Amino acid sequence: MMLDFLARRLLVALLVCATVLTFAFVLTRLGGDLAISIAGPNATAADIAQVRVAYGLDRPMPVQFLEWVGRAATGDFGQSFFFKEKVSKLIFDRLPITFALGLVGLSLALSVALPLGIVAALRENSWVDRAISIVALFGQAMPSFWLGLILMIGLGLHLGWLPISGTGSWEHFVMPGIVLAFSAIPALLRLTRAGMIDAMASDYIRTARAKGLSRSSIVLKHAARNAAMPVVSIAAVQLGFMLGGSIVIETVFALHGVGFLAWESISKNDFPTVQAVVLLLACIYILLTLGADLLNAVLDPRLRAS
Amino acid sequence: MTRLLEVEDLEVGFGDVSAVRGASLAIERGETHCLVGESGCGKSVTALAIMGLLARNATRRAARLSFDGQDLRGLDERGMSRLRGDRMAMIFQEPMTSLNPAYTVGSQMAEVMLRHRGGTRAAAMARAEDLLGRVRITSPGMRLGQYPHQLSGGLRQRVMIAMALMCEPELLIADEPTTALDVTVQAQILRLLLDLQRDLGLAILLITHDLGVVARVAHRVSVMYAGEVVESAPVEALFAHPTHPYTSGLLGCVPVPGKVARGAPLGSIAGVVPRLGPEFRGCGFRDRCAHAAPACAQTIARRAAGPRHDYLCRLEPGLAGDAR
Repeated sequence: MMLDFLARRLLVALLVCATVLTFAFVLTRLGGDLAISIAGPNATAADIAQVRVAYGLDRPMPVQFLEWVGRAATGDFGQSFFFKEKVSKLIFDRLPITFALGLVGLSLALSVALPLGIVAALRENSWVDRAISIVALFGQAMPSFWLGLILMIGLGLHLGWLPISGTGSWEHFVMPGIVLAFSAIPALLRLTRAGMIDAMASDYIRTARAKGLSRSSIVLKHAARNAAMPVVSIAAVQLGFMLGGSIVIETVFALHGVGFLAWESISKNDFPTVQAVVLLLACIYILLTLGADLLNAVLDPRLRAS
Repeated sequence: MTRLLEVEDLEVGFGDVSAVRGASLAIERGETHCLVGESGCGKSVTALAIMGLLARNATRRAARLSFDGQDLRGLDERGMSRLRGDRMAMIFQEPMTSLNPAYTVGSQMAEVMLRHRGGTRAAAMARAEDLLGRVRITSPGMRLGQYPHQLSGGLRQRVMIAMALMCEPELLIADEPTTALDVTVQAQILRLLLDLQRDLGLAILLITHDLGVVARVAHRVSVMYAGEVVESAPVEALFAHPTHPYTSGLLGCVPVPGKVARGAPLGSIAGVVPRLGPEFRGCGFRDRCAHAAPACAQTIARRAAGPRHDYLCRLEPGLAGDAR
């Protein structure tokens, strides 16, 4: 049953991957003649023609596409025009930074959002619940670049507890992690709260109470497991966002991860890098949703059956 | 020996609505006590109040609420949770949603044992398997590993019953346990409850609105109306000499083959159960009662109609019977 489920999900994931692959390729070519932008502003018509032949841009699009797919399948994404390096090396150098940042951000977000969400649900409509909602509202409303700067001034400059920018040690990831976590906390917290309120009002919780189970067993075993599924799904999306979309944070804290690379290569029209980064981020998203689906199937036996 | 459960003057309120207004109830060891009445009369709330399972916005007061001589009123949540599932158990009307969808039947049954009696998980599982067999579920060993969604409603209710019996409770409260089930399954579940009661010496408080069920299974019946127990009697006495006008009306609603002519209109009681506030005095049934008089707005005293037969009406016994 579980294998069947896994196979179906994998098939869907592969289809999405193929679609993204096509879009990544076509979209980079919709931005104008790549040969002109590669050759630069001072190039003559002859230079441009030469560039076009050198990069194979003179050939029909389907041929170019199949060639790119063929190479990409072996891990070869070609040479970056701007960085004058292999695209694959460029990406692999930056992946650890991005992953570290994402994991720190998500762990911080979960360790704040889950307990607060549960407490808010158990004390629904009390002052504790309201206070927690206000904290969540602040997290939602605060622009992350601004929070980043405030933390830099406070924790970095005045208190001197944490380094302000760079990637030298684990301490460098704390502040950007906090900023990322802040943006993820409101959604996680509200889903946890809503899920727990629903679960605690359910018939099976009444049964659990009628069985005389302890409070902790009722809340953490019986209610939390059923409230967890939407939280798992949204956490996967949040992590995907942290890994791919944290360009602002990476810029503010001078963490040159994949997000920063994406932004740089887009602005420089470095199409081999753009294509590769888009594909990579799409694959990460797909893997994360797949992981979330699998985790949910472990949590809820009914999903395994359908 | 004291009675197993004694409830006197139980009051439960939700904000400005009084769901239970001074209900009294006593259950002997090993007896089947049926609590009957229309929807909204406070039957379920009474049961939840006894178990200490009321919602947080409810208020509970009672002159007496004791289980096996122990006063339940002073017990906090922790103290009540030691009794629940161990010495008093409850099953509900909704078998489809009363089991946790995320855990197997076996683990949900075993945790009751582990919580109250300790021991190994294997021993608890063995006990669970034994009980699944007792509630006549086929291949109980296989069922232990199944999830609720793999079982039918009837099977789930059997699992609920088996789970309630894990620690051999003295009292089982069954809140309309067959209402949500098919008619054929209803009969099986009722027979099962009766057999278990005989074998285990269990006291059952069976909440139902089905007088046919009452006639078949009850030793004693309490009729509830608008938050009060208006009449309580041994089952034979209640059916032979209903004394409260509401009881008479209720019995008049049941068509008896042979006694009721074909095509004759079925009996009914005009109106609905009123929602009463805490300031309400007197008989809650007076707006629907043929015998209503100004005196019904006064506080009514409980009176005896026979041995272990009491009722709550200003009329003498025998006068209300002609309401039928």
